[in-house]
Amino acid sequence: MEKFENVSGVGAPMPLINIDTDMIIPKQFLKTIKRSGLGANLFDEMRFDDNGNEIEDFVLNKPAYRKAEIIVAGDNFGCGSSREHAPWALRDFGIKVIVSTSFADIFYNNSFKNGILPIVLPKEQVDVLMEDAERGENARISVDLENQTISATDGTAFKFEVDSFKKHCLLNGLDDIGLTMQKVQSIDTFEEKYKKSAPWV
Amino acid sequence: MSAPKTLYDKIWDAHVAHEADDGTCLLYIDRHLVHEVTSPQAFEGLRIAGRGVRAPEKTIAVPDHNVPTTTDRVNGIDNEESRIQVEALDKNAKDFGIHYYPVSDVRQGIVHIVGPEQGWTLPGMTVVCGDSHTATHGAFGALAHGIGTSEVEHVLATQTLIQKKSKNMKVEITGSLRPGVTAKDITMTVIGETGTAGGTGYVIEYCGQAIRELSMEGRMTVCNMAIEGGARAGLIAPDQTTFDYVKGRPHAPKGADWDAAMANWAGLYTDENAHFDKVITIAGEDIAPSVTWGTSPEDVLPIDAVVPNPSDFKGGKVDAVARSLAYMGLTPGQKLSDIDIDTVFIGSCTNGRIEDLRAAAAVLKGKKIKDGMRAMVVPGSGLVRAQAEEEGLAQIFIDAGFEWRMAGCSMCLAMNPDQLAPEERCAATSNRNFEGRQGRGGRTHLLSPAMAAAAAVTGKLTDIREFN
Repeated sequence: MEKFENVSGVGAPMPLINIDTDMIIPKQFLKTIKRSGLGANLFDEMRFDDNGNEIEDFVLNKPAYRKAEIIVAGDNFGCGSSREHAPWALRDFGIKVIVSTSFADIFYNNSFKNGILPIVLPKEQVDVLMEDAERGENARISVDLENQTISATDGTAFKFEVDSFKKHCLLNGLDDIGLTMQKVQSIDTFEEKYKKSAPWV
Repeated sequence: MSAPKTLYDKIWDAHVAHEADDGTCLLYIDRHLVHEVTSPQAFEGLRIAGRGVRAPEKTIAVPDHNVPTTTDRVNGIDNEESRIQVEALDKNAKDFGIHYYPVSDVRQGIVHIVGPEQGWTLPGMTVVCGDSHTATHGAFGALAHGIGTSEVEHVLATQTLIQKKSKNMKVEITGSLRPGVTAKDITMTVIGETGTAGGTGYVIEYCGQAIRELSMEGRMTVCNMAIEGGARAGLIAPDQTTFDYVKGRPHAPKGADWDAAMANWAGLYTDENAHFDKVITIAGEDIAPSVTWGTSPEDVLPIDAVVPNPSDFKGGKVDAVARSLAYMGLTPGQKLSDIDIDTVFIGSCTNGRIEDLRAAAAVLKGKKIKDGMRAMVVPGSGLVRAQAEEEGLAQIFIDAGFEWRMAGCSMCLAMNPDQLAPEERCAATSNRNFEGRQGRGGRTHLLSPAMAAAAAVTGKLTDIREFN
């Protein structure tokens, strides 16, 4: 995984609440056996009409936001299915940071494993960033993971929480499996004991 | 004496293989269920890294999302991408030596129906699958939740999952349900109460008399939709109903192992005075036959209610409701029981079990579906299908005008050819009414199997209490 670098740029405003993973990447694109190339179909049914033409007023089709790396979203972003195709599509499109008041649990975990930082902030702070995001190229949102801050254009900075292990993995581009393999002895020991205490498993 | 524990605490504690200073744990996984859509990239990852599957004997695969449900599927899958995905699972199961139920096997079906049916899912276990509806298995008092593909690869390689503990929530349904009210109505009513994000960060334990009175099938329906409330998992403490269901299943413990397991399972309950971070109590008799009107599972109301007005809501929900009503083609104030239906879908991991088919067939016996109605029953597994044929249910469906299908996920997520056309309105026993879920522009109303059957006959959403 690539190391997570600081991000600064426009934020795409998506104030709709409950943006679900079916919206992020509809089911017909889950038939791939690859992880790559899904950005072309990100938000497919909101972004393109029945003939595959861009829908002009969809935020990521507007000139200011076509290269956005940040999304500022309504409550409960990423609810629904466990499909990791959702963060794959977002990351492939270029999204590195998503800000919301809350994220669905599985989507939140999946994001970190793909170099995307989901930031949870209180409603008032999301509102400030949403307003900034709506100003398009006239605004700039900056994210500093090391210091756990996100700043609006006027320099107002908000502190955000992130799990220390997840932060470490993101900053260093670490692969979870490699890290767990270093603890294989603990797994072996657990398994030995467990085989005796729960032989039916 | 140690502090009182919840059922979740107990299962968690029994599976921690490693705990770091910051509380990050490696949780040992007892059963890993695998299907064709979320696993190819995980197996590819193993191959690239030269890794194997650590516990193939605990790993069970079955294709379900993509498979056609027409009987001619024995001739192969027409859609090339779907075929490639199913073939990839065939090959991965063989190469890595994991248990496998191919499309041709009568035991094939939706992964969350096959697991319990074959006795893979047992009380006290940790169960994961690259599918959010893994929550279903919580009905057995197993800690079960959905994971992403990176985590699928992690479990395949290490038989563990990196986790931090969630909080405990108790959802108690007191008293008994009224006639016509089912497990589906319980679980949808709870989501209506908590909202789709209300469970985020929690594991829910469902308890109370109305839950105890449910069959295993009903309990699976309740836990299945815990994820729609945002919860990591839903749990129900095992009891005699659970043990009776499990006993004698192909992969359930036998002989001395059964006795040892029963001794262990007897401790799977929440201790008196254990701490819950959140408690919700609903009276069973207050739950009505319910139906969704919008595009989120939280958009649920009793069937005798009317379509709400966006102005009834607050904050971001105002715009979301306006958008939902436009998408659904509904007007505020319209009676839910006046909504005309084009299609009925009975099936899915929520309501594709034998009890669900019995409930729907009981409504349909001797009746015909409305002219022009498209209606299909997709049993949750080949064994459910066979049992329904044996019990004469299949004939009731066929005589009523339903299509009688082979097992799979089918129109629940429309990855196979079973899809809605734009603006086609469907009464579905599945779990998600998201925009485009059952096909682009398709309109979904979630409800119980009996209510779905009644809608097929009348051609509109129907109060099952007034149907005869």
